[in-house]
Amino acid sequence: METREMTCIICPMGCALRVTRDGDTITVTGNTCKRGEKYGIQEMTMPMRTVTTSVTCRGGDRPLVSVKTKDQVPKEKIAEVLEACREASVQAPVRVGDVILADAAGAGSDVVATCNADAV
Amino acid sequence: MSCMVDVAIVGGGPAGLAAALAAKEAKPEAKVLVIERDKKLGGILRQCIHNGFGLHYFGEELTGPEYAQRFIDRVEKTDIEVWTDTMVLDVSQKREITCVNTELGLQKVEAGAVVLAMGCRERTRGALNIPGTRPAGVYTAGCAQRLVNMEGFMPGKEIVILGSGDIGLIMARRMTWEGAKVKLVAEIMPYSSGLNRNIVQCLVDNDIPLKFNHTVTAVNGRERVESVTVSEVDPATRRPIPGTEETIPCDTLLLSVGLIPENELSLAAGIQMDRVTSGAVVDETRQTSVPGVFACGNVLHVHDLVDNVSAEATLAGAAAARYAIDGPKATEWYAVKAENGVRYTAPQKLSKGASGKAELFFRVGNPVKNAAVEARCGDKVLARRKKNIMTPGEMEKIEIDLAEVQGEVVVTLV
Repeated sequence: METREMTCIICPMGCALRVTRDGDTITVTGNTCKRGEKYGIQEMTMPMRTVTTSVTCRGGDRPLVSVKTKDQVPKEKIAEVLEACREASVQAPVRVGDVILADAAGAGSDVVATCNADAV
Repeated sequence: MSCMVDVAIVGGGPAGLAAALAAKEAKPEAKVLVIERDKKLGGILRQCIHNGFGLHYFGEELTGPEYAQRFIDRVEKTDIEVWTDTMVLDVSQKREITCVNTELGLQKVEAGAVVLAMGCRERTRGALNIPGTRPAGVYTAGCAQRLVNMEGFMPGKEIVILGSGDIGLIMARRMTWEGAKVKLVAEIMPYSSGLNRNIVQCLVDNDIPLKFNHTVTAVNGRERVESVTVSEVDPATRRPIPGTEETIPCDTLLLSVGLIPENELSLAAGIQMDRVTSGAVVDETRQTSVPGVFACGNVLHVHDLVDNVSAEATLAGAAAARYAIDGPKATEWYAVKAENGVRYTAPQKLSKGASGKAELFFRVGNPVKNAAVEARCGDKVLARRKKNIMTPGEMEKIEIDLAEVQGEVVVTLV
């Protein structure tokens, strides 16, 4: 049996959740709404995050292009996604939504540009 | 050199862009000009590369640059004129703007209406009077954010952050993700003014400690920050408690200790100011005390969500265009007062004879649970809203029917 305490982030209430896993059964207490229960279960089983960072831009009007994972990735994969972005670079021009890294670090999401960079 | 426009907008950030689009939409024939001091449009959103923007306005989660780009793309599809790299030096009561850039030199713009959308700037170490030496390595969080996210420089390796507002929290994660060690976030208040979501995803996710009722009481180091002294404060007085000092070795101190609306132009124009918001006093159209001059976004009051900035700027921009083309409307106003736990409201006054719905935005002074807020006019309750929780960090609103307003309006917790 595993118990974790966490703050629900779904709304400003910030309920103090207590999430317990006993075999296949996960119980959430401390929540005041249904969404809190869903959040607690998700955080216990497979916490997901959007990663936002930047990559080097070559030949552009700016030294960096901001990027994000198009979809959320498992929390444990964040470090690997960041590392892949650190090693990557992109040639200008770049447009919002351009894929910079396909399935970055095998985390299950493309990394896409979130800003424009014009070639100079 | 001088030129004439119908609507001139000072500032090309989220507020200015939304105001320009709304002005154009309200009066397609209006000549609209946006004046921006940076080289590109987008304002502070350009450096806010994290996500969490646009959930209310666009119904999807965007990063700052994406949110800005949506507005920039829309502006580019219109005949709205944009001057970047241009600094506004003065706005007169007659709506004459003096500005300067390297292309046009000193330029006068006569505007039918002006929208002030200059945003805000950060409070610095000087505003706090933190004792100690004056070494390199003390940055505001937003300055560090620009360096890391846009210029590609790391301000330091071992970081202490003072203030747990959203920018401080976001930068704690950002610096960690870029390889720095964030040793502590110190918050002088017994609660954070940042969003829960940021406390969890920026601090808890990265094992960064957050200490409430703590502040930095000294900066140490000769050329470069070598350490900071952190002390516990008495929650009642916010004074440091002797004997609780702790020295934390670090090379960088980031300050996330509040924002100040950038109102030098407004003050010079003689616009009536609100001492609580440090922004202009405005009516429901966001018109200031100077006829034809409107204000919106963070220069009016500091917002926590850009979505609210866009909505507010839409009101201001449309009203400015109507003023420029149709002429002035309201000449008398009723005051809106904040009472009993409500720290301020925006707008602070309502036009006599106005109709339609108006949202009164407000902040509470302290966190309150299971409370209700009322907007009253005399004995008449105009609106009442129950809330499970209200915190100073989250702007709240209450909607009223302007036709029901027959005198001074009071917004109060009950």
